[in-house]
Amino acid sequence: MKRDIILAGVGGQGILSIAAIIGTAAVSSGIYVKQAEVHGMSQRGGDVQSNLRLSSAPIASDLIPFGKADMIISVEPMESLRYLPYLSPEGWLITNTTPFVNIPNYPDIEKVMEEIGKVRNHIVLDADQMATDAGSARSANMVILGAASPFLDIPLEILEEAIHSTFKRKGEDIVNMNLNALRIGRQAADAQMSK
Amino acid sequence: MQKLVLLGDEAIAQAAIDAGISGIYAYPGTPSTEITEYIQHSKEAAAKGIKACWTANEKTAMETALGMSYAGKRTMVCMKHVGLNVAADPFINSAITGANGGLIIVSADDPSMHSSQNEQDSRFYGKFALVPILEPSNQQEAYDMVRYGFDLSERFRLPVMLRITTRLAHSRSGIETRQQREQNDVSLPENLRQFVLLPAIARKQYKNLLGQQQALISESETSGLNTYIDGTDKSKGIITTGLAYNYLMENFADRIVPFPVVKIGQYPLPVKLIEKLANECEELLIMEEGMPLVEEQLAGLLHRGIKVRGRLDGTLPRDGELNPNIVAVALGFTDTRGEEIPEIVASRPPSLCVGCPHTDSYLALNEAMESYSKGRVFADIGCYTLAALPPLQSINSCVDMGASITMAKGAADAGLVPAVAVIGDSTFTHSGMTGLLDAVIHNAPITVLILDNSTTGMTGGQSSEAFGRLKDIVTGLGVDPEHIRILKPLRKNHAENVQAIKEELSYEGVSVIIPTRECIQTLNKRMREKFKNKK
Repeated sequence: MKRDIILAGVGGQGILSIAAIIGTAAVSSGIYVKQAEVHGMSQRGGDVQSNLRLSSAPIASDLIPFGKADMIISVEPMESLRYLPYLSPEGWLITNTTPFVNIPNYPDIEKVMEEIGKVRNHIVLDADQMATDAGSARSANMVILGAASPFLDIPLEILEEAIHSTFKRKGEDIVNMNLNALRIGRQAADAQMSK
Repeated sequence: MQKLVLLGDEAIAQAAIDAGISGIYAYPGTPSTEITEYIQHSKEAAAKGIKACWTANEKTAMETALGMSYAGKRTMVCMKHVGLNVAADPFINSAITGANGGLIIVSADDPSMHSSQNEQDSRFYGKFALVPILEPSNQQEAYDMVRYGFDLSERFRLPVMLRITTRLAHSRSGIETRQQREQNDVSLPENLRQFVLLPAIARKQYKNLLGQQQALISESETSGLNTYIDGTDKSKGIITTGLAYNYLMENFADRIVPFPVVKIGQYPLPVKLIEKLANECEELLIMEEGMPLVEEQLAGLLHRGIKVRGRLDGTLPRDGELNPNIVAVALGFTDTRGEEIPEIVASRPPSLCVGCPHTDSYLALNEAMESYSKGRVFADIGCYTLAALPPLQSINSCVDMGASITMAKGAADAGLVPAVAVIGDSTFTHSGMTGLLDAVIHNAPITVLILDNSTTGMTGGQSSEAFGRLKDIVTGLGVDPEHIRILKPLRKNHAENVQAIKEELSYEGVSVIIPTRECIQTLNKRMREKFKNKK
């Protein structure tokens, strides 16, 4: 088993929580994990990414080579495109459609979606809206994780346990909110793939 | 043996706790900050009474650690690479005094300058100081090298450098910990003049240090941290340092490299292993995570020996960190780059947070400066350096910690009046106070803005030694109290803040303006904690 994942977004959008949950789930399944994060200056509203590598064999590099990523998981549509050189031709791009506009020259969102549409395997969903509809606007990142979950090769129950252990300090309500968001995302991805 | 998933920085911290340190000293700096933070948050460390302190700067951290080593206890001091410039004086001299209790200096380099103003390679400092250097290639090695490093330090009675880079510091992986050991008792050096570097003593100590070098080379050859991995294809031999080994392995699916490889993890260089490689192979390819330190030594100025490839001859790029792709190209493999980034993707540089007090300070400064020609604002190191970029575009320099005040004074001496310095509260107590004293003594016509957000913001909100003390410090340094102005940087105070800055710009002496409002990040964090506790 091998999954090389690029997590993408803007500083403060919660990609490290996604990474932490997948990482926790992988470790509890006895899978090797390496996860490179971005700290420091780049976190201040700039583009951020994390390289998350899972494998049943020991992992050499902390960084994913070009063209070898199995997935790009992005909480922001334009950011999902920034890492295309890393995506393998068979890889999946899973992205939120709600733009995070903090620059004056943010491109036309239609054009962004058009570029995403050119990627052979993609799942797009309005995670912000779905999270808000479910009454938990702050768990859009867990909706995205849910949408990515069919491709992780980690059983959904293990991910749910990881969410539980990650958020349990914050109380039962927060745990359930995040679990709910995960399931909504999973359902949306399943629906898109069966089309 | 517990299995933990830790950042490289955290693995070093846990190893230091387990190896029996009594204190850790540091000034925050990416990518080294999380080492000290981990120990500060560790209940285990608290129970053991380990001191985990932020210090005014890296020099004071290094000296405090040296004092603890003098008293016989194990200690670690952490900094980013440019912090070692600040600590260079005590660092270099600590090799002459030697250590008593185990002493490890962690220097975290930032090749590719993810969050730094240069990409200097700390190994040059270690070599310059003639101390052993350890360089891990993964988190487990980082953990293990700390334990070994303390033993090495106590065996040779020398400080030891642990050199890491950003990718290791900020990458997580599973590590196995080892049994914890007790701290040392207080015990003074046998020779109570060992740390007195009067010339007569220093000369003797320096000869001792030189005399130890051959034994350090032998140690590098036998410790197991430098390894010779044989290969069948002798058309080239490869030497890797630090993370380069991982990138090399990544390029061979079964992790078997056809060429002989020397993997370096400890310096001084293991001469015998490298000699063997050079004797057996037609040429050498040197892959270093950092500057070409090994390559320069092997190639020599005249290139008369074996052909040496690497960063100097263009086989690998001269600057920046390595990655699996760069290494693939150097090995002659085809590039695996996927689809190109679509042209519509715009760059998204970091920016000041929404609600940041610095924004209001800069908007007021920009307006107050409108009547003067451009190019007068000397800034410093911190979040507020982001004001160089649009939309604020307020500042004209960022060089090193504290340089804002001294550069403004130099420019004013040259006739650029008014000249303005912008410095953060923590940067001011790190290295700004002495420069302000210079300016006061010569009554330089400069206006200094100390942006007081009550924290060390850029590195994630560590405590600032300036907290609650700025006005007293500035007054104590001799700034005329009539020209010390405390402002509250808020939009509603904009007009009066502009007026205050204008008044001080027109004063032909040292003015200090202190816009004071808490960092929006630490404020939000504090409010969340407060809210949580109320629930």
